[in-house]
Amino acid sequence: MSELGALLSDTVTRLFGDLVTDEVLQTAEQGAWPDRLWRALAEQGLTLALVPEPAGGAGASWADAYVVARAAGYHTAPVPLVETMLAAWLAAGAGLPVPPGPLSVAPVRGEALRLARAGAAVVVHGVAARVPWARTASHVVVVGDLDGRSTVALVPTASAAVASGENLAREPRDTVTFDGARAEQAGPAGSGLLADAVLRYGALVRSAQMAGALARALDEAVKHVGVRIQFGRPLARFQAIQQQLAVLGEHVAAAGVAAECAFRAADRGDAGFEVAVAKVRAGEAAGIGAGIAHQVHGAIGFTYEHHLHFATRRLWSWRSEFGSEARWSEELGRAAARIGADGLWSHVTSR
Amino acid sequence: MRNFHFEPGALPPEVETLRTEVRDFLAAEMQGRMPDERVESWSGFDPEFSTKVGARGWIAMTWPRKYGGHERTAFERYVVLEEMLAAGAPVGAHWVADRQSGPLLLRCGTEAQRQQFLPRIARGELYFAIGMSEPDSGSDLASVRTRAERDGNGFRVNGRKVWTSNAHRCQWMIALVRTHHDPENKHAGLSQMLIDTASPGMSIRPILDLTGRHHFNEILFEDVFVPRDMLVGDEGAGWGQVVSELAFERSGPERYLSSFELLLAFMREIGEVPGERAAVALGRLVAHLVTLRQMSLSVAGMLQAGQNPGLEAALVKDLGTAFEQELPEVVRLVLDVEPHPEGTAFERVLAHLTQVAPSFSLRGGTREILRGMIARGLGLR
Repeated sequence: MSELGALLSDTVTRLFGDLVTDEVLQTAEQGAWPDRLWRALAEQGLTLALVPEPAGGAGASWADAYVVARAAGYHTAPVPLVETMLAAWLAAGAGLPVPPGPLSVAPVRGEALRLARAGAAVVVHGVAARVPWARTASHVVVVGDLDGRSTVALVPTASAAVASGENLAREPRDTVTFDGARAEQAGPAGSGLLADAVLRYGALVRSAQMAGALARALDEAVKHVGVRIQFGRPLARFQAIQQQLAVLGEHVAAAGVAAECAFRAADRGDAGFEVAVAKVRAGEAAGIGAGIAHQVHGAIGFTYEHHLHFATRRLWSWRSEFGSEARWSEELGRAAARIGADGLWSHVTSR
Repeated sequence: MRNFHFEPGALPPEVETLRTEVRDFLAAEMQGRMPDERVESWSGFDPEFSTKVGARGWIAMTWPRKYGGHERTAFERYVVLEEMLAAGAPVGAHWVADRQSGPLLLRCGTEAQRQQFLPRIARGELYFAIGMSEPDSGSDLASVRTRAERDGNGFRVNGRKVWTSNAHRCQWMIALVRTHHDPENKHAGLSQMLIDTASPGMSIRPILDLTGRHHFNEILFEDVFVPRDMLVGDEGAGWGQVVSELAFERSGPERYLSSFELLLAFMREIGEVPGERAAVALGRLVAHLVTLRQMSLSVAGMLQAGQNPGLEAALVKDLGTAFEQELPEVVRLVLDVEPHPEGTAFERVLAHLTQVAPSFSLRGGTREILRGMIARGLGLR
């Protein structure tokens, strides 16, 4: 880990540890904005972590950003931190100024939003579903095609219509109707980015968040089986429990490795293959891992009072956001099939 | 709680020249070998092939030169291993000696033992069997009962070993035997010994596997004399030595690549433009394969850094064997195919793997033993 990465890691661990309490999580689910948490993250420069230093950011690499995204997942932080980091990175990469405050990205479901010129301005047409935190974001960063070029448009949320929705963890997932919304700024996307950049990099950050939330579910499960006594001994002493948690540990490790490798690939500017691998692998781990964590928790883990669900409900949503395992497996499978049996191994070893 | 940390392993770029050399070698050597030969993978026993690999300097790669080694890095060794496995090369003859018997002698052997055995292992001429399991000692390895009693300048060994792969084709074995009986502590009093498989008093009988093939054996020891200088390490220190040997046994890429030939056969079957169902299944398998390789590389990095990745190796092995075993099942969910020993190459590969797959999570430590180790790593026991 780089020096900056270590610093970011310490900062987020401390901030989330102090400020993401069960009470904050519960009130956030009822619609309260955790302003104190957000301001602390912004003051520490985390929201602009991926923005180059000359543009006012921390100049972190994707490898550094991995620890932040993973920590956001581990602590189930109820704020659009990774979305803002991604939006700011996309905007700065296109040479656009990065507005302060929470940001979001679109489209996340693969919809083709239409970018068009209106005089000197760029306008956006179309409807984007399941946009994270749109109601809170000052701007939505849209990536789409304009005149045959991947283009980033910075659209004030106020110029679009936002209808509220939620995911399983009651995180805002809103429908944004652009309908000719005028972009404040627009510019060609950074090098190597295609019009599907939001889907791809969104999948990347979700894979790290899943790795984090899985690690949290494992820690909670280990803690629980150490103190819960049944048949006169802690659950941890039962082989049936030990064997299940070993499997959970394996999936935590696999999801983490897949995600971290994808973040490193993103620094090389060519992460398409690794992002697909990470989203598929972490997504599969999410389902298996959440299931095991609940099984060893017993009924108490199925209550709202217990906080395991803050991690598991996110896992169940995150694995489907920015493309499910089916979507990314199919893409990966088609790519592998094109490479063919004779080329697969050298493709894998060349990454 | 122990945190499993897999630092993403990145191979240094200079190993790619070596990779090209290995690929060129394999392209020539593997020409004409059918998928059903390749699917034997590291079970394939071919002394002629092994001596060629030894001549290229691809056995004993990390060992000191004075023992016939090549003083290369763990990463270079890793590249050779993964290329051999991915090509389905018949590396079984030298595999065990290169992976664990030689390293054991380097760590614990006497100078004379190193001089006697290591250079011949490095040349690909000397093959080793592992004498650990017994009829009443499988996963409970510390309960071994094969006895070695002092007799003059050596030991008399009596007992029985089972599941000894290729003992009928290996010149030597390293056996775990009991040199002292302490009813209070079964881990004490165990020792490892080098035993010539042609020693008087040894009988090696085949145990056929469920396909009817002869890979493993039962070995009967009747008053077999083992000279004292064939004791490996300290008398009574066998348990600790075996535990670290098993970490090596589990650390390599062979624990997720055994079924790789079936993945390739499946890809040939579904073609360049597969249907949606096949594409989804293939993509998921590729995601698992790539992740396992990344984890396996990470273990290689820990070996290179001089760390002991015993726990991480156990974790990758359990995930790897689950992947290897799942492959035939996934293929069957996509294609209407029957495993058929006399069928097409694809059907033959499927027939072979369907039958041998159960062994993947038995050999080298059962799934349950590995998960027990991982649970211990999590602080649960």
